[in-house]
Amino acid sequence: MHMALVGTPNSGKTSLFNALTGSKQKVANYPGVTVERKEGFFVTPNGRQVSVVDLPGTYSLRGRSPDEEITRDFVLGRAKGEVTPDFVLCVADSTNLRLTIRLLLELKATGRPLGLVLNMFDIAKRRGVTVDVPKLSASLGVPVVTSIAVRKGGTAELLRLTDEIAAQAQPQTKQNQWRPLSASELRATQREADRIIAACVSLPARPDTWSAKIDAVVLHPVAGLVVLLAILFVMFQAVFAWAQPLMEALSSAFDSLGQFVHDTLPAGLLQSFLQNGVISGVGSVIVFLPQIIIIFLVILLLEDFGYMARAAFLMDRIMGGAGLHGRAFIPLLSSFACAIPGIMATRVIDNRRDRLTTILIAPLMTCSARIPVYTLIISAFIPEKEVGGLFNLRGLVMFGLYAAGILSALGVSFVIKFFMLRDYQPAPFMLELPDYKLPRLNSIAIGIYTRAKMFLQRAGTTIFAMMVLIWFLASFPQPPAGAADPAINYSLAAIIGKAVAPLLAPVGFNWQIAVALIPGMAAREVAVAALGTVYAIEGGKEAAEQIGQVLATKWSLATALSLLAWYIFAPQCASTLAVIKRETGSWKWMALTFAYMLALAYAASLATYNVAMALGAG
Amino acid sequence: MTELHDIAQQLPSGLPSELPLGLAPRGYVGTIHRLAAGEAASALPHDELESRLIELGFVEGARVEILHEGILGRDPIAVRVDNVTIAIRRREAMAIIVG
Repeated sequence: MHMALVGTPNSGKTSLFNALTGSKQKVANYPGVTVERKEGFFVTPNGRQVSVVDLPGTYSLRGRSPDEEITRDFVLGRAKGEVTPDFVLCVADSTNLRLTIRLLLELKATGRPLGLVLNMFDIAKRRGVTVDVPKLSASLGVPVVTSIAVRKGGTAELLRLTDEIAAQAQPQTKQNQWRPLSASELRATQREADRIIAACVSLPARPDTWSAKIDAVVLHPVAGLVVLLAILFVMFQAVFAWAQPLMEALSSAFDSLGQFVHDTLPAGLLQSFLQNGVISGVGSVIVFLPQIIIIFLVILLLEDFGYMARAAFLMDRIMGGAGLHGRAFIPLLSSFACAIPGIMATRVIDNRRDRLTTILIAPLMTCSARIPVYTLIISAFIPEKEVGGLFNLRGLVMFGLYAAGILSALGVSFVIKFFMLRDYQPAPFMLELPDYKLPRLNSIAIGIYTRAKMFLQRAGTTIFAMMVLIWFLASFPQPPAGAADPAINYSLAAIIGKAVAPLLAPVGFNWQIAVALIPGMAAREVAVAALGTVYAIEGGKEAAEQIGQVLATKWSLATALSLLAWYIFAPQCASTLAVIKRETGSWKWMALTFAYMLALAYAASLATYNVAMALGAG
Repeated sequence: MTELHDIAQQLPSGLPSELPLGLAPRGYVGTIHRLAAGEAASALPHDELESRLIELGFVEGARVEILHEGILGRDPIAVRVDNVTIAIRRREAMAIIVG
């Protein structure tokens, strides 16, 4: 049986989906659009196989954004390449039925077999909401069940209903009579919904006092911004300080593995390939898994808790000054993990101009792939020193790099606002601020698991392939017998690097950096691994742990600072560019992003290098 | 939007019997009388604005309360609409006539 979940945003649809399917989920895109398609599978008590699709949240079937269009088309059986669902399950937050009941009345016009599940029923009970379920079911003319998605066995009633519906298995007879509702029809439906609710549900006088108390601080004009900054501070603290022990453990594990290969295999090409190419290359990227998990953990926790909508509320006018929409805050915050989910999250912005601006600046947020590059250069060149008795100089430089990314993003947005897309009126900002909820550990775990898997797959495929390529380029052709120079000087890598180097000489980059920047196109963090491989083959010794020391002897401080400046903008990330092309549907915006980031990177490096040289850092 | 708010502050004897929600101060409690999408300088067409407001629960007779305001220009506002909280800019809230 094919089932579809429909509901308003914040109805707990996704946690119900997770409760039903566990980790048996498939995440993909709908054909032709980049809306995430989440499908899962479960077996009912009677042993029936059910596939369930979690449709994007919507308040109506009008289809204002690509997300909402998918929901509408899917329910109506018009979605390309999709089966028409046998059963549409409308998910309601039991504490807040008004908007969902109206949506359900609209869904009835489609003629699909429908069911309503009153989710989070425990919370509603605790707040004193009582629902006459049989009466509600009779008034609506659809089966109604309750569920507590977060509790074990909380979906038992729903599973039983699913079995019942599946057992009937009568072909749908009703005709689709749905058409977009006008404002007055919408109003009439809402009245009807309110009438049914008044007859079947008794609401308590007391609203959720916890949410009100938390909001009194979190939405306070001054205290709220302090809280927001504190959250961001803790997030970055966690990423940089708390991940350290885990990263060191991973790093030394890869070192020992490399050493083991070095000791076991005879010296030669195979040993060099495994140790320098595979283990040190892929290992230097996998080391960053703890940081990526932490950054996604924080983002998922905030989302589940209900804080993200508050952050958008606080930032709306402030970001408006730079020509950004309040809703852009969430995609931009996600971009600190990776610009790809960030750019995909811009789908929640329904205004095209706001969305484009956000997409164009998302890659300027310092993504986690830049962390390896920053960490490497900072630890090699910036002394471990206290500043003002409170701050660590390395920490300050890192903070400065993040700040530079954010400021340049605001600057670019400001320029876009004034020079492009001028004939524009600010799009409205209307957003539900859901009641706070305790994050569901199960959902968070599933979310982190999917992302960690994606990262490791990337490390296993794209990054691995790049490392093999780099190793090959750096190892062949082999030096002539009795050559005096390091072997790498005779390689293809040196030839390519030296060809590109003159272009990069004004910003202080040598040919080894030029070699590293090229595969960095595939993934920014590969640059670190590539430098490791290039210098390891050049020096003929273990790379990963000593790469920092090697750099410190080979580069001037000015070169190091220049590379840091380059990476604030770092135009090279093929996956980001591909996502921009897909999301904007145009090569033009992709080319524009690449060009403006390249120009900024070159200009920033040029300025940094020359200023540093003038100050004697050469 | 600050100017709009100042106008509301200067109105004689507090607040008039009917006013746009966009002009109401924090702490204001009232009931929605009607929607007047034509009176808001929103980027959305009137019909669309009206539909979106209804979808979020802004319908005649609903109880509204302004719970919070943003730091710049007291904008946006967080409005309790019956038992839901909605964030909205004052510009769009001008279409909601309350009393």
